[in-house]
Amino acid sequence: MNDVARNMDDATFRQQNPMAEFLRMERMPHIWCPGCGIGSVVTSFAEAVKESGLDMDKIAVVSGIGCTGRVAGYVKFDSLHTTHGRAIPVATGLKLANPELKVVVFSGDGDLTSIGGNHFIHAARRNMDLVVICVNNFTYGMTGGQMTPTTPTTANASTTPYGNYEYPFSLPFLADAAGATYVARWTSLNARNITESIGEALNRKGFSFIEVITPCTTLYQRRNRLGDGLDAMQYYHDDADIEHGADTRTVDITFQGKLKTGKFVDRQKPTYLDAVNTHYANVIGDDYELYGKTPMEKKAEEDAKKHGIDDLPEPELTCDSEDDA
Amino acid sequence: MSQLPHKVTADPKGVESGPHFMDGDHALAEGALAAGCRFFAGYPITPSTETAERFAERCPSVGGLFIQMEDEIASIAALIGGAWGGQKVMTVTSGPGFSLMMENIGLAVMTETPMVIANVQRGGPSTGLPTLTAQQDMMQARWGSHGDYRAISLVPDSPQECFDLAIEAFNLSETYRVPVFIMTDETVGHMHEKVVIPPADQIEVVERNWYKGPKGEYRPYQFTGKDVAPMVKAGDGHRFHVTGLTHDERGYPALTPEQNVKVVSHLINKIDSNVDKISRVEEDGIEGADVVVVSYGITSRIAIRAVQEARKSGLKVGVLRLITVWPLCENKIRELAGKIKGFVVPEINYGQIVLEIERCAAGKCKVISVNSCGGAVHDPEEILTAIKEAAK
Amino acid sequence: MWEIKFSGFGGQGIVRCALITGKAISLYDGKYATMTQSFGPEARGGACQSQLIISDSRVLYPYCTVPGVLIALSQEAFDKYEPGLGDGGVLIYEEELVKPSGDPNRVKRYPIPATRFAEEAGNRLFTNLVVLGFFSAVTGACSPDAMKKALPGLVPDRFLKKNMAAFDKGYEYGVTQHDAVAAGAVQ
Repeated sequence: MNDVARNMDDATFRQQNPMAEFLRMERMPHIWCPGCGIGSVVTSFAEAVKESGLDMDKIAVVSGIGCTGRVAGYVKFDSLHTTHGRAIPVATGLKLANPELKVVVFSGDGDLTSIGGNHFIHAARRNMDLVVICVNNFTYGMTGGQMTPTTPTTANASTTPYGNYEYPFSLPFLADAAGATYVARWTSLNARNITESIGEALNRKGFSFIEVITPCTTLYQRRNRLGDGLDAMQYYHDDADIEHGADTRTVDITFQGKLKTGKFVDRQKPTYLDAVNTHYANVIGDDYELYGKTPMEKKAEEDAKKHGIDDLPEPELTCDSEDDA
Repeated sequence: MSQLPHKVTADPKGVESGPHFMDGDHALAEGALAAGCRFFAGYPITPSTETAERFAERCPSVGGLFIQMEDEIASIAALIGGAWGGQKVMTVTSGPGFSLMMENIGLAVMTETPMVIANVQRGGPSTGLPTLTAQQDMMQARWGSHGDYRAISLVPDSPQECFDLAIEAFNLSETYRVPVFIMTDETVGHMHEKVVIPPADQIEVVERNWYKGPKGEYRPYQFTGKDVAPMVKAGDGHRFHVTGLTHDERGYPALTPEQNVKVVSHLINKIDSNVDKISRVEEDGIEGADVVVVSYGITSRIAIRAVQEARKSGLKVGVLRLITVWPLCENKIRELAGKIKGFVVPEINYGQIVLEIERCAAGKCKVISVNSCGGAVHDPEEILTAIKEAAK
Repeated sequence: MWEIKFSGFGGQGIVRCALITGKAISLYDGKYATMTQSFGPEARGGACQSQLIISDSRVLYPYCTVPGVLIALSQEAFDKYEPGLGDGGVLIYEEELVKPSGDPNRVKRYPIPATRFAEEAGNRLFTNLVVLGFFSAVTGACSPDAMKKALPGLVPDRFLKKNMAAFDKGYEYGVTQHDAVAAGAVQ
């Protein structure tokens, strides 16, 4: 293909792509390998956003480092591409500074559960209002296929050249135990289910965790002689069983073994901010001004205050800084 | 494109006007609140914890939020999110926590995210002397995160100045979109003195420079090396992107040596070309002096005592107190070096800022380091001895 | 200039004494005051100390070099800090908790049964305020009016009156003892 033809193709691609509304098309093509599952998850995310009817201006995406870390740079939302493992605390700050946002974290297994493992369990513990999507391909793809905390025992990785002798994390179990209020797992073959789960997560409050098992064709598949992306899909098709509500203690993953998928946990619990507001309202009483009210809630409250009183309402300066600009 | 900092007076809700008998740590929190900071993420560490405690106590009544994060890495990460969520943000720590923050200080520098980080210094290395004073992290404030960059460091010498410089730190941070460090120490942090908090209408606060242009055209960066692009906050519909990677004006990764030159030289020059506006020093008796004592923070108070003694014995001694340590007032040091016999540089470390003074003096005069390796302030006698030596 | 060291064991309100005095001096007596205290393991259990420098001009060096006044509310505190008290300085001690040793003429000694006075005023928790009143009277370093003005915010509101009463008790006793020491009657 010569350059001119390639540029034309790109231009056409950009104009006509159904994802153009969701992606920064000027940044296409992306860096992901053929057969990689990250793109499927991003597509499902875009579908879920479309179906949710949420205001796209109020959705923010935060990611860390690695192949999945690149998601933040490709999606057309307010987005922060941060440091390795730190997507969740950055997302936490973003959400708390502007609670009207729906904040979505995209992270790989190494980023989220190795270097970022501490943040993961603490955000789950606090029931921080975040949607955390983990693209789990059992390896560090960007840096050449090293072992991660989810690499199945016996699997080969560049840092376990004789096979992995460690015990992996079972992420749904970890999330559940740490306090996550929504936990689901799918394979990247289950595009509709992923979309549905992300949709549910976007429309609920609290710490929602969605794990998607995906193939890293270039490294994990190849190094373990598991074939290409299609072979991975065949494996998911043959060996993944949907078991909604499964006890998360039973969903651990073994090398090329049976995979349990489904929605494992869906429970209600006050989010971090709900807990802050409820607690302060209880102990401080009427003097406490709820933190992070939406502009509509603020107005409603002011109207209520004004009812029967001639005084002008006090302006609230918590989050709305535009008027000061 | 350049827009002057938008100055307003403080929101009275955050200002506890009046005289107080207060320690430096508490004064830092009060200064932050007066400056309009309403988001604090931190992790407890001696001797800085009182700042976090004060902020946590004051938050509910001023519409702010305090969150105790799982560690210092998470704390500064949350500040980056908080700043792009539209808030003025702060954390406070000490040596071990400052070390943990270093990587994301780099992210804040690279993404040009305003924030204030106070380091109430204690003796190191490692866990060192958790409850005792030091000034051992001064070079870490300059070079601690990897890569070439500039940040700003202010050093208060009293609880009053903790309050005053907290406000200034926020103002500088907003003006230059850069992390600003308040490099105080255990002595000042835990020392109680009178702190006068002025009425809100007498406190000048720099508001964030908000982007006012149309949606779809926002550029988070401009690589002028002089001033910085306005900011937006997530949720306003500008769909910004920021990354720790070398990036273009749109914030998109642009991984070439040419782009790195643009970005890094901007990060450095936006501070270096404004040193005169940023740098603050306090001078006394510099004119005609044979010896100039250069010091900062608590050490400068001890140094003045030594200077008073030296002057009694007829020595001509000047005092140069660095309120802004980074960027250093290099030109002033160079100019003085040609006129005096020597500098005396007392620090509660094994000799850090003295290296910079030596570099600027470039052999034109003596430079005498007065070390105190952490745990205690100097005995004024040691400084006096060095002054006499420098005056020879 | 005054260099004052308050000492005792944790829980006696030592730091509170220094805080009240520092606030009184710097907010209501028109002078400069700088207060520091021991922290961490040093401040847990055992001996606890707090230092206050009072001056007509800005305090530079924030710690005591040679204290002119030592308040010792425990034997350990006395043993540890009395040798550092300057010659001719003022030693205030809780007479039922401290048995002073050494040369009785090196410094001016002011014993007070502060715990007993506090119990008489309602609760031994007010011991530190009895001592403060006594300190104010025998040293004159801080006016009693300023001390009382400094109390709100530093003692619980509901105990404000009782703390004031405890302070007065100590102050009155201090006036008599000060005269007595001056006359050489108590050593």
